[in-house]
Amino acid sequence: MKSKASDKIATFIICFLSGFVILLLASLIIYILYNGRGFINPNFLFSNPKIGESGGGIGPELYNSFCLLILSLIITVPFGIGAGIYLAEYAKEGMFLNTIRLCIETMASLPSIVVGLFGFLIFVKLTHLSYTLLAGAIAVSILNLPSLTRVCENSIRAASKGVKEASLGLGATKWQTIQKIVLPSALPQIITGIILSAGRIFGEAAAMLYTSGMSSPNLNLSASITSKASPFNVLRPAESLAVHIWKLKAEGTVPDATKIANDSSAVLVVMVLLFNVLSRFIGAKIYKRYTGER
Amino acid sequence: MKNNGLLRKLKTEYIGGAYSLICGILIIVLTLAVIVFIASQGMRTFTVDKYSIIKFLTSTNWAPGASKPQFGALIFIIGSTLVSIGAVILSTPVSIAIAIFINFISPKMGEKVFKPALELFVGIPSVVYGWTGFVVLLPFIKKSFGGIGLSLLAAIIVLSIMILPTIASISTDSIKVIPKEYMEASYGLGATRWQTIYKVILPAAKGGILTGIILGLARAFGEALAVQMLIGNSIKLPKSLIDTTSTITSVITMDMGGTVDNSPWNDALWSLALLLLVMSFAFIIIIKLISARGEKR
Repeated sequence: MKSKASDKIATFIICFLSGFVILLLASLIIYILYNGRGFINPNFLFSNPKIGESGGGIGPELYNSFCLLILSLIITVPFGIGAGIYLAEYAKEGMFLNTIRLCIETMASLPSIVVGLFGFLIFVKLTHLSYTLLAGAIAVSILNLPSLTRVCENSIRAASKGVKEASLGLGATKWQTIQKIVLPSALPQIITGIILSAGRIFGEAAAMLYTSGMSSPNLNLSASITSKASPFNVLRPAESLAVHIWKLKAEGTVPDATKIANDSSAVLVVMVLLFNVLSRFIGAKIYKRYTGER
Repeated sequence: MKNNGLLRKLKTEYIGGAYSLICGILIIVLTLAVIVFIASQGMRTFTVDKYSIIKFLTSTNWAPGASKPQFGALIFIIGSTLVSIGAVILSTPVSIAIAIFINFISPKMGEKVFKPALELFVGIPSVVYGWTGFVVLLPFIKKSFGGIGLSLLAAIIVLSIMILPTIASISTDSIKVIPKEYMEASYGLGATRWQTIYKVILPAAKGGILTGIILGLARAFGEALAVQMLIGNSIKLPKSLIDTTSTITSVITMDMGGTVDNSPWNDALWSLALLLLVMSFAFIIIIKLISARGEKR
């Protein structure tokens, strides 16, 4: 009977621990959202931060986070898909492939602060441009490239299994097959992967501290594109929302720093939730379209 | 005609193939660039400033601003090690429990609840973890254990939550690929579920779980902002779990912006960054060794 009893006890402990984790996550998210419920306020979301007095907003920071996200996706996606195609379709077993795989593993395990410092060295120090949006976007792209490459490789591999030979048999070249047959059917998974990585980019801070910087000039739509106040200038310092939270904690120059950090955390969590839901929704939708279900 | 065919082939095949090859090469170039640039900057402490590499690694005397600056980084090395090992010790049992739950107790709940939950855990930004730890955990630690709240313990707890999804999802996958026959044989011999898990499944999945643990360790070791917000950043060895200390990442985060380019202090920070890089290589090598051993068996 002893073994039966220990079986019961072990099952109980495992269920307890697993339940505890789910509970922890749920309470964490509810707490962050509740504690930062003040974020649902257009005045907070879109107005400029204030210096030395309370009531400031996070408008430029939020905008910068979106800019960084979009810019870095523009950089990463073509390279990620290209490298994914190469690994899944063109590469032959051997030294070169092993080297690429090792490099992807190495890149994936780089601490984000190291990537940030690399970006600082190349795009801030060597170019003498100081902190720029572009530098931040490139640093985050480097951080994100390995995981996106893996997602692309896996989904292309899975998608090409059934259809590739048919297409090649009809006389299409390898690239035509990839472009017209394999890529479209791999797309749902790729898009899901991109959106999930978008959440990660949006919340990244360590890689941006010393690349896109810790300051954000107030933006002015009518400023010329070379001015640091122009929202379309990619060569302006652009503190992201996540960096803003860190700076509020580290420096706290406004009296309501705690409230702003709470509310900004809630905004970040909402964005992460949104990206998660979106990736599931879009993935399922495109999958249905391709498989012909209604 | 022949020319025309070449042109068409160029359009339909070569350009695409070449493009994908370039992307593959780019990954290699980028990785090498990161290594070369960080290394060349990080070696300056030893080549230009002539500070002894052995002293850098083994001395606890960190006095970068003194008239005769000292760059003993042992405090940070020990700090990073303690924090990441502590996080792994807290996180591993829970992660394995989750992996077992998902595979054996309720695969349906695993798919519907745990997978999305783990994805969310990964998705929450590290500053948000750091900030929430700062607001919630610090007062709690201060009240229950004394001290000022900022502590090794706070950093360990928050990091353990951050690396949980890494360890849990890799353990789950490595348990999933164990052949069904193992279990059936064990059940057939009259073993209970727990006996089967404990004596058959966990030993068989050992390599995968170990890989997960190392990846978690690597993530904890390299995490910067959440740790920096919680650990107190005092330049001394911690006397207890509720004492403050510094890590490699936290001192880089704190000081990098305030030092003059190419000054010995600045160089020492780059050397710390190089150390982080070397550590992440070490973790990869360990993982490779584990998987090589797994294949041999």
